[in-house]
Amino acid sequence: MSAESTSNKPRIGVYICHCGTNISHTVDVEKVREWAETMLGAEGVVIARDYKFMCSSLGQELIEKDIKELGLERVVVAACSPHLHEMTFRGASKRAGLNPYLTELASIREQVSWVHTDKAVATEKAKAVVAGAVERVVRNEPLQEIRVPIHPDTLVVGGGIAGIQAALEIANAGFKVYLVEREPSIGGHMAQFDKTFPTLDCAACILTPRMFEAGNHPNIELLTWSEVTHVAGYVGNFTVTIKKKPRYVNTDLCTGCGICVEKCPKKVVDDVYEAGLGYRKVVYTPFAQAVPKYPVIDAPNCTYFQKGTCKACEKFCPTNAIDFTQKEEYVTLQVGNIILATGYDLFDARRVSNYGYGRLANVFTSIEFERMSNAAGPTAGNIVLRDGKTQPKTVGIIHCVGSRDKNYNNYCSSICCMQSLKFAHLVRERTGATVYEFYIDMRTPMKAYDEFYQRVLEEGTLFVRGKVAQVTNAARNEREEGKLIIQVEDTLAGKQRRIPVDMVILSIGMKPRRDSKEISHLFGVGCSSDGWFIEKHPKLDPVSTMTEGVMIAGCATGPKDIPASVAQGAAAAARVLNKIMQKEVVLEPIKASIDQEKCSGCRICNGLCPFNAILFHENRMVSEVNPALCQGCGTCVAACPAGAISGSGFSNEQILAQIDGLLMDLNLAAA
Amino acid sequence: MSASFEPVIIGFTCNWCSYRAADLAGTARIKYAPNVRLIRLMCSGRLDPTFVMKALADGADGVLITGCHPGECHYIEQNYKALRRYLLLRRVLKGMGIAPERVKLVWASAAEGMKLAQEINTFVEEIRALGPLGWNKKLAGREHPVDMPLEEVAV
Repeated sequence: MSAESTSNKPRIGVYICHCGTNISHTVDVEKVREWAETMLGAEGVVIARDYKFMCSSLGQELIEKDIKELGLERVVVAACSPHLHEMTFRGASKRAGLNPYLTELASIREQVSWVHTDKAVATEKAKAVVAGAVERVVRNEPLQEIRVPIHPDTLVVGGGIAGIQAALEIANAGFKVYLVEREPSIGGHMAQFDKTFPTLDCAACILTPRMFEAGNHPNIELLTWSEVTHVAGYVGNFTVTIKKKPRYVNTDLCTGCGICVEKCPKKVVDDVYEAGLGYRKVVYTPFAQAVPKYPVIDAPNCTYFQKGTCKACEKFCPTNAIDFTQKEEYVTLQVGNIILATGYDLFDARRVSNYGYGRLANVFTSIEFERMSNAAGPTAGNIVLRDGKTQPKTVGIIHCVGSRDKNYNNYCSSICCMQSLKFAHLVRERTGATVYEFYIDMRTPMKAYDEFYQRVLEEGTLFVRGKVAQVTNAARNEREEGKLIIQVEDTLAGKQRRIPVDMVILSIGMKPRRDSKEISHLFGVGCSSDGWFIEKHPKLDPVSTMTEGVMIAGCATGPKDIPASVAQGAAAAARVLNKIMQKEVVLEPIKASIDQEKCSGCRICNGLCPFNAILFHENRMVSEVNPALCQGCGTCVAACPAGAISGSGFSNEQILAQIDGLLMDLNLAAA
Repeated sequence: MSASFEPVIIGFTCNWCSYRAADLAGTARIKYAPNVRLIRLMCSGRLDPTFVMKALADGADGVLITGCHPGECHYIEQNYKALRRYLLLRRVLKGMGIAPERVKLVWASAAEGMKLAQEINTFVEEIRALGPLGWNKKLAGREHPVDMPLEEVAV
């Protein structure tokens, strides 16, 4: 590199992007360029250029050419956010032989042109941002990226359809997967459904082969009735602790014959699988096709655990597999990547008190209806009122319960229109009842969805466009006597209606898992204020997170239907396989280090590090950072009273210089 | 104070939350006051109080510190350390006769582009009401704020 700059400052090139008109519309790019070349010359700027699209290959070649021909030692690109194109421009520098970390990206799009309107003011701010980057880049040091090996095993959290798909993809590629599920069986919500829209294939028929495949795959280790309790490490090298809750059944001996379930004398309401509509034994498998087949004893409800007697299951078990002495067990796993497919919870319909769920017997939720219409469900597939025998003659299905409603959730749960149409079809097919759908907007955008809507229309289901105000049993006339009355504004007819029905189905929306915040902290992924996990990029990187090595799939990121969840599971698996095949991962060299000469051994930094990355050498009375554990937050750097700790990439010198640059205009005026 | 006083504010952002909130505000074209100039740190815990003093000494009228919401730190708990330093720093500023309101800590998650924009607007108006600090002018020609006569430091 030619370094014959006139001063001792490094030779800097400044490149200002128009971004089409995204930047140039609000920032006078030419003015900024001219200013950078003249006013920042003293800081070392030897060339300033502007270009329509710096990120284009021609734009990047411009930089590469200047590095080679003008002997640039530092590069500043004033363009978009570093989260979009930092890698692009570092790559350009690298190709031209310049250490990539000597390149700075100044955000004059996200932080200037897109958020301000006055062109003169925006141009001045853009100058300040460029000056800040120039001052900073002078203090940048050449860094070497860190390469660490990737552990080939993967942890998949959540055994719903998204997690199963992800696990199968990776396992079929020949790599080990640990599939963790907190319920006794994998399958997730899909295992509860009867039919799936729009094809109406039976959920169990298409799901259970996948469950079986996952359960018997030589590369998949199932950890059901288990929860992740601790995660440490970083991409390629996670150490995960998993709590295995006691099943009280020795899975080495159990054959899954089901005699214990048959003999167990106690029944409790099944709030999970049967959505409160049916019962299960205290020793149980959630459903017939459960994977694994081993039952679980529900200790808080078990007579033996509560009163010390019974033990019927133990007496009848032909293989002596019942073991009341089991304790919870913690296992530690090493994995290179993690996929979170933790799914969703259902909106609690009781919150919408005007719809009467929990108060009016014949108001059902969509999940209750799924169980009811399922041949393996509590009513053996008969669609009946809460009394268990009467078939409804009229059914009202209410859309958007808990979704698209400012009082509850603003978002659309995306599946409710289609599930409601499916319910209408099933009700008509099985009972011949009159069905009303109460909808705000009909949303049927995916493959063959609108055709299904047309079919349900043609079958004679009645559609009322309007948000239901109330479901009540307070009859006003004979026609309403003994019925549930749906009070709704029919917005197409422009009038209020009262429609008496026998059964109401509330199409309840999805909500994030109640513990999604805790899960997000555990794995260090972002979580929106709603509680959905945040993608690295909502469009272009929907299965990655800001935390390298942790992927997300399925409804954990937002409401989705089955095809989308499956696609995401597979996509997340592809991401993981891509990392495994690379065998090593490149990490940003942003780390703290301690100058042993300056360290006074005060140990203030020791307690500040949440990753235990700082060791104290008793013999030499100095602290040292373990770079493998350091995550680069810089808290210790800021705390060191001796200034002995430096943070690469974000050093004191860089930041103080950036402040100087950002405020340069004030001090030029003052001078 | 002239009515046209436009404060200059330095804002420190965390790479994982508020910097992304600023990106999001941009992508969503949410408009906010142009008075703030942002610096990216990896974490609000990286904020050395010296940075704040430096920004004020260089002529900033206020400093906005932003970080992840309590309990949501990308580095587990470092935003609490930023909070501790912030509270101490305000006492130091008060002791120096500077309105502690010139430095403000705001939590903004990556999803809160709108919130960040509103917080910036609010803070700009608060600083506008406090008037210019002008430390850079008082310091001109002096090496260090300590060289400044005490009665000149305070505003």
